[in-house]
Amino acid sequence: MKTIPIVHIRERGDAAHKTAPTLTRRSLLKGTGVLIGTLAIGSPLALLAPSTVWALELAALDQGEGEALLRMGRVLYPHERLPDAVYALLVKDLDAAAAKDAAVAGQLRAGVASLDKLAGGSFTAATPDRQLAAVKALEGQPFFDTVRGKCVTALYDNEMAFATFGYPGSSWEKGGYILRGFQDLKWLPAPPAAASPPPYMG
Amino acid sequence: MAKFDFGDDSVVVIIGSGAGGGTLANELCQKGVKVVVLEAGGTQSNASFINDEWKAFSQLAWLDKRTTSGSWRVAKDFAGLPAWICKTVGGTTTHWAGASLRFQEHEFRARTVYGDIKGANLQDWPLTLRELAPYYGKAEDKMGVTRTHGIPGLPGNNNFKVMYNGATRLGYKEVHTGNMAINSRPRNGRARCLQLGFCFEGCKSGAKWSTLYTELPEAEATGKFELRTQAHATRIEHDDKGRVNAVLYVDADGKTQRQKARIVCVAGNAIETPRLLLLSASSLFKDGLANSSGQVGRNYMRHMTGSVYAAFNEPVHMYRGTTMAGIVRDESRHDTRRGFVGGYELETLSLGIPFMAAFLNPGGWGSDFTWWMDRYTSLAGMWLVGEDMPRETNRVTLNQNVKDQWGNYVPNVHFDDHDNDIAMRSHAYTQAERIYGAVGAIKTFRTPPYPSTHNLGTARMSARPRDGVCNKWGQTHDIPNLFISDGSQFTTGGSENPTLTIVTLAIRQADYIAAQMSRRTI
Repeated sequence: MKTIPIVHIRERGDAAHKTAPTLTRRSLLKGTGVLIGTLAIGSPLALLAPSTVWALELAALDQGEGEALLRMGRVLYPHERLPDAVYALLVKDLDAAAAKDAAVAGQLRAGVASLDKLAGGSFTAATPDRQLAAVKALEGQPFFDTVRGKCVTALYDNEMAFATFGYPGSSWEKGGYILRGFQDLKWLPAPPAAASPPPYMG
Repeated sequence: MAKFDFGDDSVVVIIGSGAGGGTLANELCQKGVKVVVLEAGGTQSNASFINDEWKAFSQLAWLDKRTTSGSWRVAKDFAGLPAWICKTVGGTTTHWAGASLRFQEHEFRARTVYGDIKGANLQDWPLTLRELAPYYGKAEDKMGVTRTHGIPGLPGNNNFKVMYNGATRLGYKEVHTGNMAINSRPRNGRARCLQLGFCFEGCKSGAKWSTLYTELPEAEATGKFELRTQAHATRIEHDDKGRVNAVLYVDADGKTQRQKARIVCVAGNAIETPRLLLLSASSLFKDGLANSSGQVGRNYMRHMTGSVYAAFNEPVHMYRGTTMAGIVRDESRHDTRRGFVGGYELETLSLGIPFMAAFLNPGGWGSDFTWWMDRYTSLAGMWLVGEDMPRETNRVTLNQNVKDQWGNYVPNVHFDDHDNDIAMRSHAYTQAERIYGAVGAIKTFRTPPYPSTHNLGTARMSARPRDGVCNKWGQTHDIPNLFISDGSQFTTGGSENPTLTIVTLAIRQADYIAAQMSRRTI
């Protein structure tokens, strides 16, 4: 089974990820933990990746912590259509921050421990209601702010999120929208020419 | 490009290359005046601009350290980013939306027309619309503003269609695709708009006016112009008589240089301009340059702003095409029956997925938030922008606890909304929601203000030296060869997007400076 490193499905704007080197399970054993998941076959996102299996190697956090933070991302920003692979980008960014700064690592570890405690043992295994209550109980604390703040860029600035929400991103190389539906809305009447003159077509 | 000696004291030094500085540089060069422009940022181009919100933000935005205080929501949501303006050649004309509206006659007489508003520091401008009108005409021609000089309006996109139908059903009359400095057809060597949808990220087609590829190359062609990039001005010096005579700046290698000057014009946008005047304090000018009134840094205005996004059952795809694709102007009148003085504009706006996540509801989370992101392709959006009240206590000061990368105090931006701003915002939110309600919105959302894009008033014009920093030409009351050449000059903010007025004042200021130079009065 080909497994794509999660780092290669983040970047947009070129097809580099489609030919990216794949990882084997053996090569994933250097770090502190690994998160592995799959993209649903037939989803538009599966078309973006060379394999439906993704993997994230952790440099500072262990697997349990990674899984808890991924889960916390899902509680903070619940999108049914967004696959775990996107939430893994959040874990990747948090792990990188933890690897760079021991204070962040400590904050994340303590935060996950709080989540576990609030959820009555295991945050990851708790019911959705219990998970939501645990996250809500930490709102306003630095740990919560660190994770939530990271979500804004990690979850919404990647090609899989764009595809999921229907945002095409860069338009320049496609000639913009002058010939691609910038005024194709049909459920309201077109404004008169005085308010909205016809486009110049040369 | 010309190359002037550091010791050449016959040059005009302009700090900043945006709407004010870039335009002033070109206008002076066309008259044969020698100009050195110091631009803190580096050079981008249509080719290097990026259709990617965060990457473009990193490429263009002014990200040097700044601090905030006050009760405005921006201080909570974006404590280190009070303003969304640029550090790049062309300044914020790379990022601006292109809306180019003239001030209304009464807006130059705010104190007289609005009266004595408690907690506001209102003044009339020392000039009138009649005086400015010919210069507005020149600016519109230079920038290629639609619906002026026989230039057709832009075609409206889907986001405008929603606004237009809602607004006209509500009874609004002046609803159209705006007066935009974006080419609806090729003009002056610039292409027509391709409806890219990335106006804020630097216009890759060059259809949108920016000094980067209009004024600055035109200035260069005169042989009288030198642009120094990554040249961050840190201090303006003066002689024993109190006339400015040199500008210190940190160059690309981190070395401090001194450029002599006959005249200095400051156009660093309304946060850096007062900061530089304050940083230039000396034994002669203990409170900073041109600050005998104590008004330098005060009366900071940022326009009353807010946005409303609306979700529909049908698709909109608001991101397609011109970001600011249309306007409703009916509310820009002064009519106190609405519960506030001054007026506001409603202008379409769109954000991509990355910026929607960051700006829709900063700090928001949970299913209330994701509901909106999930409906992205069925959203329409508009921005609300209106006149805010100048207040002495809303001000840019030096934060003596924090230093920037060059060891200078960073600017602190303090702002409290005036009651009039709050009443106007509330009215504008309601009207925007009614517009979308009239065309079947299933839900609307009141998005709080983004970091300020319209920064104004911190070195304002006044008839009397005690009320402001500069006269009707932007010449400082205290120092005749020191000029304010950006939006800092604004006595009041008007309801209109300010760039056209900044360009207009720069053209007019160039006439004045050239005339004074030839008369040898400065």
